[in-house]
Amino acid sequence: MRSWLPEGVSTYSGSIDHMFYMILWVTGIGFIVTEVVLFAFAFMYRSRPGRRATYTHGNSKLEIIWTVVPAAFFVFLGFMSQNVWSSIKGHVPHTDEEVTVTASQFNWEIRYKGKDGAFDTPDDVVTSNDMRLPVDVPVKIRLRSKDVIHSFFLPQFRLKQDAVPGLTIEVWLQATRTGEFEIACAELCGFGHYSMRGVLTVLKPEEYRTWLSEQEAGVTAAQAGQGAPAPAAAEAKAPPA
Amino acid sequence: MSEHKLPFIRRYIFSTDHKVIGIQFMFVSLLFMVVGGLLAMMVRWQLAYPDRAMPLGTLFPESVMPEGHIGPEVYNALFTMHGSIMIFLVIIPMLTGAFGNFLIPLMIGARDMAFPKLNMLSFWVALPGGIIMASSFFVDAGPAATGWTAYPPLSAVPDYTGVTLGQTLWIVAVLIVGTGSIMGAVNYITTIVNMRAPGMHFFRLPLSLWALFITAILQLMATPVLASALGMLLFDRTLGTHFFAPAGGGQVLLWQHLFWFYSHPAVYIMILPAMGFASDILATFARKPVFGYKAMVFSLVGIAGLGFIVWGHHMFQSGMNPALGTAFMLSTMVIAVPSAIKVFNWLGTLWRGSIHFTTPMLHAMSFVSMFIIGGLSGIFMASTPVDIFIHDTYFIVAHLHYVLFGGSMFGIFAAITYWFPKMFGRTMNEAVGKVHFVLTYILFNLTFFPMHMLGMGGHMRRIYDPTQYEFLKPLQPINIFITQSALLLGAVQVLFMANFLLSLFLGRKAERNPWRANTLEWAAPSPPPHGNFERIPTVYRGPYEYSSPESSEDYLPQDQPPAHAPVPSRPPAMSPARA
Ligand code: HEM
Ligand SMILES: [Cu+2]
Ligand SMILES: [Cu+2]
Repeated sequence: MRSWLPEGVSTYSGSIDHMFYMILWVTGIGFIVTEVVLFAFAFMYRSRPGRRATYTHGNSKLEIIWTVVPAAFFVFLGFMSQNVWSSIKGHVPHTDEEVTVTASQFNWEIRYKGKDGAFDTPDDVVTSNDMRLPVDVPVKIRLRSKDVIHSFFLPQFRLKQDAVPGLTIEVWLQATRTGEFEIACAELCGFGHYSMRGVLTVLKPEEYRTWLSEQEAGVTAAQAGQGAPAPAAAEAKAPPA
Repeated sequence: MSEHKLPFIRRYIFSTDHKVIGIQFMFVSLLFMVVGGLLAMMVRWQLAYPDRAMPLGTLFPESVMPEGHIGPEVYNALFTMHGSIMIFLVIIPMLTGAFGNFLIPLMIGARDMAFPKLNMLSFWVALPGGIIMASSFFVDAGPAATGWTAYPPLSAVPDYTGVTLGQTLWIVAVLIVGTGSIMGAVNYITTIVNMRAPGMHFFRLPLSLWALFITAILQLMATPVLASALGMLLFDRTLGTHFFAPAGGGQVLLWQHLFWFYSHPAVYIMILPAMGFASDILATFARKPVFGYKAMVFSLVGIAGLGFIVWGHHMFQSGMNPALGTAFMLSTMVIAVPSAIKVFNWLGTLWRGSIHFTTPMLHAMSFVSMFIIGGLSGIFMASTPVDIFIHDTYFIVAHLHYVLFGGSMFGIFAAITYWFPKMFGRTMNEAVGKVHFVLTYILFNLTFFPMHMLGMGGHMRRIYDPTQYEFLKPLQPINIFITQSALLLGAVQVLFMANFLLSLFLGRKAERNPWRANTLEWAAPSPPPHGNFERIPTVYRGPYEYSSPESSEDYLPQDQPPAHAPVPSRPPAMSPARA
C-alpha cells in the first residue's frame, strides 16, 4: 500500500506520523467491528414471519463495558498525544539559527538577521517566498502577519502554524535531508490564498553559509551604492496578481 | 378549535399553529438546500477542472464569470455561501425549526406550543434573515467570501477581500437567524417542561424529544455568545471599533474563541436532534425497545454539557497557548465517550430485533453507519500533534461532511420519510425512496471518503486551484473522481425532491399510525387538525414498548390503557390550552 502521508523530513515528522498510524489502527479496528456488526445484524435480524423481536431494555454490564473501554483508550491516547505535543510545542530548542517569516496578502517575507545579528535592522537579508535553511540543525522561525491570518504550512515537515496579526509566534524545525519543499498557506486569507506558495530549500550547512554571506554582501553593496537600506530580494517567485 | 373561522392568511401564512410553522420551516429549508447544493456543485467543478469554463457558466453575467470561468473571488464566495446556507439555513432550521416545531407538542400530547405567537415570530424573524443572506448574492462586490467561520481581520476590513456590503449582510443575516432560534428555543424548553400530557414523565419522553430539549438548551445558552461576537464584528466593520484589530488594541483570536464557543455547541445542535430521530426510527422498525434508554439520555446530556468546554480544539494551531491545547484535547477525548456509547446502544437496539427495511429505517441505519466514520475521524483531529498536520486540510472537510451529511442529512432524510404521513396525511413512494437511498448512500461515500486521502496528502481546504502546488498534483485524479461522484450525488437528489413534492398531492392517503409506532403523535389523525388531538391522551408507559409480552401485537402505544388502568402517576403542571 502506498503511504498517503507525504514524505516526512523533519525530526518530529516521524512521531506525528506514528501517532497518526496508531490512531488509524485503533479506529480502523473500531470501524470494521462496528460496521460489520451493523451489517450482520441487519442481515441476521431482518424480519421474518413468525419471529418476534427480543423484548429487552438494555444491559447495565454492557453499558459499563462500552463506556470504560473507549474511555480507557481515550485516556491512553491523550497521554500519548501529550508526549508528542509537548516535545514539539513545549519548548523551542536553543539555537542560533533564527528567521522571521512575515506573511501578508499573498506573500511570505523571509528575513535573516544579517551581519549585525539582530532582526529589523537595515542589514537584514530579506527574500520573498524563498526560504533557505541548513539541514540537521534546529531552526527557530518567528511568525508574524501584516494583515490577515495566514497559516505557515510545510507539509513534509508536519509543521503548521497560523500567523496572526499582532502576535509573534515561535515555531521550530530541524530538517533531516536537503532538497526543495513547498511552503503553503493553510488559512483562508483572501482571493490569492491558493497562490500563496513559497519554496523552502534545505541546504548543506556550508552551502547555506555561502548563500547567506552572498546575500549579506549584496545588502551591504546595495546600501553602499544607494546610501539607503534596500533589502536584497532573491529572485522572488512573483505572487500572481 | 376555531380552525374553520380563520382566514387563509392566518391559517397558512401568519399561523400560530406549530404544525404549520414547522412545515413553513421545512419548505424554506428545502429550498435553501437546493441553493446550497448547487453552490457545492460549482465548488467541486472548480476543484476538479481549475482551468475549464463551468458548464452553463456563460449564463452568469460576464462580470461574475468571464466566459464561464469561476474566478478566485467568486470561488471564495461560493464555498462561504455553501457552508453558511447549509448550516444556518438548512440543517439547523430543518432539525429544530421544522421538526422541533412539528414534533414537540404532538409527542408530549399537547395542543400547541406554550407561546404560539412567539413561535410564529420565530419563523417570521428567521425568514427575513434567510432572505437577507440570499440577497447578498445580488449586491455590488458579491456576497461574503471569508468562509462560514468569518475570521477577522479578513472579515472585519473590507479592503482585505474587496467584499463590501455582502459581508455586512452576512453578519446581519446570521444575527437575525440566531435571534429566531433563541425564540424557538425558549418556546421548546417551556413547552416540554410545562405541557406534557398526564403520565408523560421526563423518562417517558421519546429520545427525539430529549434530543430536541437538550438542543434547545444549547441554543439558548450558546447563540447569545455568537450574537455578541457578530455585533462586535459588525461594529468593527461599520463603526470603526477595533475589537478584533490589533492596531487599535484589539485581539484577533478573541473572535475565534467566541465563535467556537458558539459553534462547537452548534455542531451538536446540528446532530443531537438527528440522533434522537434515528433512535426512535431504529426502535420502531426493529420492533424493539431502544437499548439503554437512560444511557442514551445521559449521553445526550453529557455531550451537551461537555460541548461547552471543547471549543479550543478548533484552535490548536491558531497561536493559542499550547498548554491550553492540551486541556482542550483532553476534554475532546472525554466527549468522544458519550458518542461511542450512543453508537453501541444503536447497535444494541438492532440486536435480535425484527428489522423492517423501510426507507426511513434505511436512512436511520446509514445515519449510524456514517456517524461512526465521522466520530472516528474526529479522534485524529482531537489528538493535538496529529492535528498539526491535518488541520485546515481536506481531512477536516471529510470529517465534517461525514457528521453533517452522513449524520445530520441522513437523519433528516429518515425523519422526513418517517413523519411525512403524519405531516401531510399522504405517503411517500417507497420504491423511489429506496432507489434514492441506495444511490445517495453509495455516491455519498464515493464523494466524501476519498477526501480523507486528500487530507492525508496535505491538501489544504478552501483553495481555488490545487494544481498550483507540486505536492498536490499527484492528488488531482482524486479531485476529479470526487467531483464526478459529487455531481451524480447532486443529481440523484432530484429523486428525493420529486418524491417529496409529488407525494404531497398524489401520495396514497395515510392512516393514523402507518408504521404501527408507539409515540403520541401517531394517536392524532393524519394530518392532525388544529389542536392536534380529539382528546388529550393519557400516557401509561414509555415510548418503546415494542414486542412487549404485555401485548399480543408487536407494539404498545404510550396512550393505550393497560388491562387494569391505574391512575396516571403525575398530573401535568399546566392544563393543556384551548381544549
Ligand atoms: C466524536 C466526536 C467528535 C470529535 C472528537 C470531533 C473533533 C473535531 C475537531 C478536533 C475538529 C477541529 C479540527 C481542525 O479544524 O483541525 C472538528 C471540526 C469539525 N467538526 Fe467535529 N468532532 C466530533 C463530532 C462532530 C459532530 C457530531 C459534528 C457535527 C454534527 C462535527 C462537526 C464538525 C465541523 C463542522 C468541523 C469543522 C469546522 C470548521 O473548521 O469549519 N464534529 N471536530
Ligand atoms: Cu495566506
Ligand atoms: Cu468542535
